[in-house]
Amino acid sequence: MPYLGSEDVVKELKKALCNPHIQADRLRYRNVIQRVIRYMTQGLDMSGVFMEMVKASATVDIVQKKLVYLYMCTYAPLKPDLALLAINTLCKDCSDPNPMVRGLALRSMCSLRMPGVQEYIQQPILNGLRDKASYVRRVAVLGCAKMHNLHGDSEVDGALVNELYSLLRDQDPIVVVNCLRSLEEILKQEGGVVINKPIAHHLLNRMSKLDQWGQAEVLNFLLRYQPRSEEELFDILNLLDSFLKSSSPGVVMGATKLFLILAKMFPHVQTDVLVRVKGPLLAACSSESRELCFVALCHVRQILHSLPGHFSSHYKKFFCSYSEPHYIKLQKVEVLCELVNDENVQQVLEELRGYCTDVSADFAQAAIFAIGGIARTYTDQCVQILTELLGLRQEHITTVVVQTFRDLVWLCPQCTEAVCQALPGCEENIQDSEVDCNSPLLLEEEKDMAVRDRGLFYYRLLLVGIDEVKRILCSPKSDPTLGLLEDPAERPVNSWASDFNTLVPVYGKAHWATISKCQGAERCDPELPKTSSFAASGPLIPEENKERVQELPDSGALMLVPNRQLTADYFEKTWLSLKVAHQQVLPWRGEFHPDTLQMALQVVNIQTIAMSRAGSRPWKAYLSAQDDTGCLFLTELLLEPGNSEMQISVKQNEARTETLNSFISVLETVIGTIEEIKS
Amino acid sequence: MISQFFILSSKGDPLIYKDFRGDSGGRDVAELFYRKLTGLPGDESPVVMHHHGRHFIHIRHSGLYLVVTTSENVSPFSLLELLSRLATLLGDYCGSLGEGTISRNVALVYELLDEVLDYGYVQTTSTEMLRNFIQTEAVVSKPFSLFDLSSVGLFGAETQQSKVAPSSAASRPVLSSRSDQSQKNEVFLDVVERLSVLIASNGSLLKVDVQGEIRLKSFLPSGSEMRIGLTEEFCVGKSELRGYGPGIRVDEVSFHSSVNLDEFESHRILRLQPPQGEVRLTVMRYQLSDDLPSPLPFRLFPSVQWDRGSGRLQVYLKLRCDLLSKSQALNVRLHLPLPRGVVSLSQELSSPEQKAELAEGALRWDLPRVQGGSQLSGLFQMDVPGPPGPPSHGLSTSASPLGLGPASLSFELPRHTCSGLQVRFLRLAFRPCGNANPHKWVRHLSHSDAYVIRI
Repeated sequence: MPYLGSEDVVKELKKALCNPHIQADRLRYRNVIQRVIRYMTQGLDMSGVFMEMVKASATVDIVQKKLVYLYMCTYAPLKPDLALLAINTLCKDCSDPNPMVRGLALRSMCSLRMPGVQEYIQQPILNGLRDKASYVRRVAVLGCAKMHNLHGDSEVDGALVNELYSLLRDQDPIVVVNCLRSLEEILKQEGGVVINKPIAHHLLNRMSKLDQWGQAEVLNFLLRYQPRSEEELFDILNLLDSFLKSSSPGVVMGATKLFLILAKMFPHVQTDVLVRVKGPLLAACSSESRELCFVALCHVRQILHSLPGHFSSHYKKFFCSYSEPHYIKLQKVEVLCELVNDENVQQVLEELRGYCTDVSADFAQAAIFAIGGIARTYTDQCVQILTELLGLRQEHITTVVVQTFRDLVWLCPQCTEAVCQALPGCEENIQDSEVDCNSPLLLEEEKDMAVRDRGLFYYRLLLVGIDEVKRILCSPKSDPTLGLLEDPAERPVNSWASDFNTLVPVYGKAHWATISKCQGAERCDPELPKTSSFAASGPLIPEENKERVQELPDSGALMLVPNRQLTADYFEKTWLSLKVAHQQVLPWRGEFHPDTLQMALQVVNIQTIAMSRAGSRPWKAYLSAQDDTGCLFLTELLLEPGNSEMQISVKQNEARTETLNSFISVLETVIGTIEEIKS
Repeated sequence: MISQFFILSSKGDPLIYKDFRGDSGGRDVAELFYRKLTGLPGDESPVVMHHHGRHFIHIRHSGLYLVVTTSENVSPFSLLELLSRLATLLGDYCGSLGEGTISRNVALVYELLDEVLDYGYVQTTSTEMLRNFIQTEAVVSKPFSLFDLSSVGLFGAETQQSKVAPSSAASRPVLSSRSDQSQKNEVFLDVVERLSVLIASNGSLLKVDVQGEIRLKSFLPSGSEMRIGLTEEFCVGKSELRGYGPGIRVDEVSFHSSVNLDEFESHRILRLQPPQGEVRLTVMRYQLSDDLPSPLPFRLFPSVQWDRGSGRLQVYLKLRCDLLSKSQALNVRLHLPLPRGVVSLSQELSSPEQKAELAEGALRWDLPRVQGGSQLSGLFQMDVPGPPGPPSHGLSTSASPLGLGPASLSFELPRHTCSGLQVRFLRLAFRPCGNANPHKWVRHLSHSDAYVIRI
């Protein structure tokens, strides 16, 4: 077909649709209409033939009718006046003897999405609710929700709601589920459809009549029901038991979640359910569908947070295969890290070692970091593997191994000895390679760490608390028994049960927090780097801790965005134009290294614009930060000569006390900690 | 609840677009989705993506992207399941799923979507329920031929045998209720297993995993009970014991909700009441790991000689097929990643029908057919360029060069199940009036999912 501009196409189709010869030939007529639909799908504007399409709706050919109605639903918002012309035909079809025609017409009419259509659809919907054909009732029930949403913020029609509640007893299972959906939308303002005891038990009894989609949805609605007694609770759990065995993953996960929520006071029941869902989850993890596999892996990790040993005997299921996409391999490596125990550590490390020489440098890096993570518990084996990797003399491997060693020494002082013993043998190798710049770090004491890293290091120490920080930094030899940043205590199942079988585990909790915040504020720059990425050298902080890192500066719904460096000019201009929003004095004694402060601030996404030299008096620093809604915080730090106080002045470009307070508490924490460290 | 559904070609062109709720930006989301997808860094998962309060969830199927958008925090399991079901359904109705068939059948696809989803809520996905409402006939590119050898995969494997199952018959489109029913009465019952194996470089078995399915495709005009007899020694779980032999053991089984298990405990018989007309369903799924009753189909004995100084790499591969001598493996392909920049290849193969070549940084060795009990070999010599290393010393002498391996095999094993599970019989408890006996096709097939051998 020659390329035609959309105007030419419309002209040509218009001519064809008006051609009486074509109109007389059913197949040809239908073909022209199909072409209209095809162009519509490709994104060409076909609204120009609306009139002709309206005419084409008056036909006995049901295929043609369907195509025309599809067309009308797409363009009705653009041509509301013309669409009204079609209402007649639609209304007539709503009382056609054929239930399929009635249903089709009602569905299409309710989907027209144009102002003024409500008055025409109300009566057909009411008739449809009492239609003898279940097909039409299904359409009519959802039509109620469509009608309600067309009205915008109109009030709820009590009679209609009552009718829908009574239709929950309909014979047809799809009508029942549609009623729940429709009520949920109509009653959104009031908190959705009410699931009281009679309704809950009615739904439970109808469950077996529903198909998998209906079951999954009803399970979700039942989450809001609170059983009145323990006895009732266990009755319900018994009824639900068979759905844990469903062949549909959606139903199994829905049932699991309902179990977890209902049994929130009975940890042993929860554990029991998580044991039973193991099989289906593992099956999904080795599913042919990569997407399903990924989602299942995310949920496995979720469970591992509470029950670290849960999948340990199935560790082989999480071995990567060559053809898997990257994002699945990375998830599997994370899972392997989390389920490692005394029995499987040998095999898991063996497997991970294989990945370290993968052609994909990113994957190799992830595997090396994973070994580094396991080294905190199984130091000797891991250090040995890492040392052997240095022997390969591959630039990208060596770099990552060195980094891993460094992290290990910092995070896990008891490993220092093992690392130091491992190193002399391969010193030659490291220096041989082109990346020896990192190696001296390893061999020297913490006090000579690169400045940037020291900031990071201090920041991580903040997470463990001031007292431990003091102990580590003040003792010349680190305490070998001190497990720094060990995995946080196992989280109770109840902390994530409500996230199970939702998108939260799939995005990861940190990313999800950003998303929901964006949605709340209706302002979001999606191109911003994910906030979790500010934990600059990723592997140091396993996923778990990342979330904690985020929570710390995050108190009071403040989210500072990384890398928003202002120019000095801009800073000055803004600084001069604003009034001081907050002033405060913190105790401050003695000397300190400004770089340390700068780096510690940087990890919480506060940028330093300018700073006096160390030791100078008065000493000043100017800082800037920006949160995810665009609010700027400009700060001046001032140390007067002979004064043992640091003066803080903060300016804000939008007057918002809440975020200001959060910002100040972040600032206080950082400065307070630096102060504690040096004293 | 779903806001929009669309199908994109592998290049991102919209083939189908349907907006169920009119509550979200309009059709440029399809383009936005594709832009986001292609711009995603490799370590991030594309399965669920977010943009301005809208979640994109998609699957890739037959080179197409099937995408839904939603603004709610939905169940990812249900949504992915729905997308897979839609892919199957569209494939069933259009004959097969692909860019061509979808664009030829735009009207049919929209008609289906209209019945499957209303206002973004699933109404039904059952083939036989939908049949009553679907009026458009599928447009197929060419007429069906019983001996169409072009279709590959499960049915293609069988066509090379003397007892052929009509390969394309099982991939013909579902016919609408009003079309004439003169075609043959046929039932296909397939036991299909996916095998994933990991073998260490010392030859020890690290992992075996079998995912099995019994799939039914029935084109019978009238439905009544169907009985499927499985191997009687079929045991579920580690503790069950049946028969006197070692038994056929699987770890987990799940059945389709329509399967009646009254006779399962006693006789390992599945009873099924398939709804009237054409039915396609997965009757049973099972999995087992670690203990296989039969030896692995293939062993690979590699030996690698690597002279770091000259950059000469010699790989000798010996492949032994441990199937019974009357069985064979088809479409065997060995894939061996090679060190970066390998340039030349000289090869000596043990038989003429084999082929080997260097492609995309890997060695590909094709063996169209391998007889059980046979042994094949190939000797490959390559040059690995790069700055000649110092005369080898220390830790790196014995190691093979970086980037070599692991080897992975792909293959099909017709008439073979790795678990040993067999369908003993398939009985239909009815006589279609006036018609000859329906044709029953029971087939067994295993194929590789990931069969990896460390070098």
